[in-house]
Amino acid sequence: MAVAVRVIPCLDVDEGRVVKGVNFTDLVDAGDPVELARLYNGEGADELTFLDVTASSGDRETTYEVVRRTADQVFIPLTVGGGVRSADDVDRLLRAGADKVSLNTAAVARPELLETASRRFGAQCVVLSVDARRVPEGGEPTASGFEVTTHGGRKGTGICAVGWAERAENLGVGEILLNSMDADGTKEGFDLEMIRAVRAAVGVPLIASGGAGDKHHFAPAVHAGADAVLAASVFHFGQLTLAEVKNAMRAEGITVR
Amino acid sequence: MARVVVLDYGSGNLRSAERALEHAGARVEVTSDHQRAFEADGLVVPGVGAFSACMRGLLEVGGDKVVDRRLNERRPVLGICVGMQILFERGVEHGVEAEGLGRWPGTVERLRSEPLPHMGWNTVSAPGDSALFAGFPPETRFYFVHSFAARDWPDAARGFEEGGQPRLIRAEHGDSFLAAVEDGVLTATQFHPEKSGEAGIGLLRNWLGTL
Repeated sequence: MAVAVRVIPCLDVDEGRVVKGVNFTDLVDAGDPVELARLYNGEGADELTFLDVTASSGDRETTYEVVRRTADQVFIPLTVGGGVRSADDVDRLLRAGADKVSLNTAAVARPELLETASRRFGAQCVVLSVDARRVPEGGEPTASGFEVTTHGGRKGTGICAVGWAERAENLGVGEILLNSMDADGTKEGFDLEMIRAVRAAVGVPLIASGGAGDKHHFAPAVHAGADAVLAASVFHFGQLTLAEVKNAMRAEGITVR
Repeated sequence: MARVVVLDYGSGNLRSAERALEHAGARVEVTSDHQRAFEADGLVVPGVGAFSACMRGLLEVGGDKVVDRRLNERRPVLGICVGMQILFERGVEHGVEAEGLGRWPGTVERLRSEPLPHMGWNTVSAPGDSALFAGFPPETRFYFVHSFAARDWPDAARGFEEGGQPRLIRAEHGDSFLAAVEDGVLTATQFHPEKSGEAGIGLLRNWLGTL
C-alpha cells in the first residue's frame, strides 16, 4: 500500500477570524478557525493550512492563539503561513502547535532563511510556498516560462519558478506548496503544466493549489505529479465536501484516506 | 488515570503530544525532570528533525539515563518518530554515522524512494496479536513525516531484553521499513499518533491500556 494523496483545506485567517464567507449552518461560529478546523477534521481533511492574511504585523499574537487553540483540539497536521519573516517567527508558530510553517515572500528576499529554518527545526516542518504565473507578455523570460510573484501575484520577480523550487529543495525545505496565480480564482482546474514542470524538478512532496472548482479537477493534478491538493473557497462555500472530492479521486484510481 | 511524562529535550511538537495523550485519557506532564520522568507510569520520547541533533539534545538533558533506568526496571517507554529512531544502534545521515541508544539492533538510514520526506497517511501491517494496534482494521492510516527509518532488524529474535520476541510492524514507501515496534515495555512508532486523528488517539489509548 502506498501513502494516500492528501486533500488539504486552506483557511484565510485575518486577526483570528476566517476571512472568506462561509455558509455552514451547523457551526456556532463559522468565523472561528478552530470550529472550521474541527469540522474539516470530522469530514476527513488530511491536513489543515492556515494562511494568516493579517495586514499589521503587530497582531501576530492573535494568530498564535488561534494556532494554539486548534492544535489543542484537532489532532491532524497543521501548516501555518503568511507573514513569516524570520526563523524566530517559525519558532513561535511551532511552539504554538503548528507542525509545519510555510515561507513565501521573505524566502524570495532572503533564500538563506530556508536553510536556517531547515537546519534549526528540520526539513519536515519547512514548506516553501511559491506563488507562480506564466511570464506575461513583455516580461523578462525565464527558463521554464513560469515566474515567481510576490504581493499576492501582483508583482513579478523575473525569478524562474521551477528553478526557485529546485533551489529551495537544495536549501532544505521539506515540501513545496505551488500556487498558480493564473488559475487561482478561476475555478477552471489546476495548472497542470506548471505542476508537471515543478514535479520534474523536485523530489520533495508537492502540494498543488489554485483553480479547483469541481470535484473532477483534483485527479488530473495528482496525475500531473502532485502529492497533495489544496483548496479553499470550494470547501468554505460548501460547493464541495471533502468526501465528494475524495470519492471522485478514488474513482480515478487514486489512493485517498 | 495513567500518569505520563512527555520528555522535554527540545525536540518535537510537545504541545500536540501532550494534548493528544490527555485526549486519550492520560494525566500528562511535559518535563525533563529525571525523577518525574522515572516515576511516571509511562514515558513518551518524542523527536523530530535530525537523528544526531535529537541524540545530542537527549544526552544534554540526560534522557539516555532516564530511558535506561526505566527499561532496567521494566517501566514502559514509547518513542515517537525520531524518538523511535534513536532507540536503534546508529543513524546514518549524509554519510555521517551517529550513535543511538542501541536498545534495538540495526541502522536508521535514508529511505530510497521519492518523494522524500515520506509525508502523509499510510497503512501498516500489524499482526493480529498486537496490543498497540488492537481494534484497527488493516486499512487504518497513520500520519508519517520522515526521510529516515530502520529498514532491517538484523537479528529477528533479539529484542532489548533477553528472550523477548519483538513485534515488528512494517509500512511501505517504495520499500518496506519499520513503522512500529512492540518489544515488551519498549514501544515505538515511526508515525505520529498525536497527528493521526482518531486512529492516533485510539492507538495512544491502547498504549495507555498497557501501562
